[in-house]
Amino acid sequence: MSTSNTMSKPDFSQWSCPLPLRDYPSIVLGHGGGGQLSNELIQHIFVPAFRNTALEVMADSSVLPAPPGRLAFSTDSYVVQPLFFPGGSIGDLAVHGTVNDLSMSGATPLYLSAGFILEEGFPLSHLAAIVDRMASAARAAGVEIVTGDTKVVEKGHGDGCYINTAGIGVIADGINIDPTRARPDDVVILSGTIGDHGMAIMSVREGLEFETIIESDTAALNGMVASLLQYAPHVHVLRDPTRGGLASSLNEIAVQSNVGILIEERDLPVLPDVQSACDLLGMDPVYVPNEGKMVAIVDPSVADSVLARMREHEHGRNAAIIGRVTSTHPGMLAARTAIGGTRIIPLQIGEQIPRIC
Amino acid sequence: MKYLDEFRDGAMAQSLAREIRESATRKWAIMEVCGGQTHSIVRNGLDQLLDGAVEMIHGPGCPVCVTPLELIDKALAIASQPGVIFCSFGDMLRVPGSHHDLFCVKAEGGDVRVVYSPLDALQIARENPDREVVFFGIGFETTAPANAMAVHQGKLQDIANFSMLVSHVLVPPAIEAIMSSPRCRVQAFLAAGHVCSVMGYWQYYPLVERYKVPIVITGFEPLDLLEGIRRTVHLLEAGTPQVENAYERAVTFEGNQTAQKLLSEVFEVTDRSWRGIGEIPRSGWRLSDAYHDFDAEYRFSVSTIRAEESPICRSGEVLQGNLKPNECPGFGKECTPRHPLGATMVSTEGACAAYYNYGRFVSVDSIR
Repeated sequence: MSTSNTMSKPDFSQWSCPLPLRDYPSIVLGHGGGGQLSNELIQHIFVPAFRNTALEVMADSSVLPAPPGRLAFSTDSYVVQPLFFPGGSIGDLAVHGTVNDLSMSGATPLYLSAGFILEEGFPLSHLAAIVDRMASAARAAGVEIVTGDTKVVEKGHGDGCYINTAGIGVIADGINIDPTRARPDDVVILSGTIGDHGMAIMSVREGLEFETIIESDTAALNGMVASLLQYAPHVHVLRDPTRGGLASSLNEIAVQSNVGILIEERDLPVLPDVQSACDLLGMDPVYVPNEGKMVAIVDPSVADSVLARMREHEHGRNAAIIGRVTSTHPGMLAARTAIGGTRIIPLQIGEQIPRIC
Repeated sequence: MKYLDEFRDGAMAQSLAREIRESATRKWAIMEVCGGQTHSIVRNGLDQLLDGAVEMIHGPGCPVCVTPLELIDKALAIASQPGVIFCSFGDMLRVPGSHHDLFCVKAEGGDVRVVYSPLDALQIARENPDREVVFFGIGFETTAPANAMAVHQGKLQDIANFSMLVSHVLVPPAIEAIMSSPRCRVQAFLAAGHVCSVMGYWQYYPLVERYKVPIVITGFEPLDLLEGIRRTVHLLEAGTPQVENAYERAVTFEGNQTAQKLLSEVFEVTDRSWRGIGEIPRSGWRLSDAYHDFDAEYRFSVSTIRAEESPICRSGEVLQGNLKPNECPGFGKECTPRHPLGATMVSTEGACAAYYNYGRFVSVDSIR
């Protein structure tokens, strides 16, 4: 995939629709105007990639069958820079992020919407590549992108491409997962290594580039959640530690459930490259974002089997029990350090930034 | 990981901590000068391992915290000017000036960029010849060589749109200022290993001679710190104040001669204000006359900006171990981590911020 900013003509040879696209190699204001250019964008880029019955009706809204059970509904906006990074793209994130948010309530994700805000001058070939990644991510996760919208903003008023996705999922009877349900003695299980996504992005940001092979962990977790719930429907809490990292997710759960959480630092899975990059930049992996990891808080009686289930799944091979819920220090996250001390891990005020000292 | 895992070994740490606990006959007050060491102590829970056998006083060695308000205001004034690209180490962005911080300047349209090395800022200057690129050159002797190199290269390559706002501070004068305070409780110092890897440790002999305190050159990994503390306690118990190097793998007596030569060419010693402490004579570096053209203070005419430190804040006394953070009248009221008035509330490792984040809810001891 090319990620250069040259304004070359897009390669249409792989596209399924034979109608000619106007000779614009990049987005112009008219692509958001609702006229012919808008239609061509839909017919040549979105419909062929996302292809499904609900979308192809081309009505103002998609009409969908109502499944039995309770609905889960979630939305998230994606503004990552750069748009393409080691291990993924904004397209992958836009699908995985919303699918994962639905999954963390124990829902089976079914349908997504996709809203694009494009900046005038954004290369069509980049848009096609992003849409292509979204389509494969949705197919792999078993969800359909059934409705969408495109707006174009003037040059200088956007960062190339922003995406919003919203999603609907269905929750089966008997599943009650929410962040207030952590109980003392519960076991905290993490599905894999932390910090991969944040450090992959950091490694390619302007001004901070460093040589590394760290790849983003962006992935849809609904498959793993489904197999867990089949086995252990009474999981208490699920959380995907995205922005703010593991530390923020566990702090939030501690507050919402009014319990303390104590994690063992030596049991935290961290890739050596991620740890080195964090050491170099003075960052702490517990605060670094992830896009394909989850935390499960479960009753101690099922902890070992939930761990085994997670490890069977491709996104959970490095899963580990990392700590316990406790009745002491309610509302706080603490860690036993690798050398046997303890520390409190507070919520950060803002984004973690490289430190000088 | 080689050269890292060996210095994070849990069993060895426990055994060193036990030795310290057993050998200390009284609660010695030891100051770690460097913010990096404070960070490592808190991050690894070393203070808990020592179980009160020694009192660690967190010193003024966080360059972010001690950068004076006036200089932050100058940085904000420069970064707000149209056409300027203002480059900084990341953690300076949220340090508040009199009214706002660099994050606010960025939000209002200023081009503020986080870089990891001053040489990256020089590269940005090369790539943007029509813009003025300013690097915020702060730090102790540790960051100084890279900053000096950036200015030196800028002059060699005639990069006219590059300049530096310099606020370098020096460790030995800070130790001297702390020791000469009549209320000083500090009985020994851990000197910062990375500062000494640049400057050597010959500068510490006169201080030991004059104030009769042990100074032990110490690294940053958990075992480095415990070894430094172990040696310090040993010297204190024996009553033999002297300089010891507990960071032999990085530090020599003379230090890095090449770096020192460059530093003496690019910088000259100057009086410097320290946030929360006040002015310490000959405690900083500014650009030397030969590099005057690269001095952002002059290029942007901000040398007249003056700022008043908060009259409520007593962080200077906290820094010297004379006042507990919660004994300060502003603590938790006018002064919080989101609206810090002084150095020790600015950084998450600062004594006041640590008290606020942790001690506000629960005694740290109760989570053991």
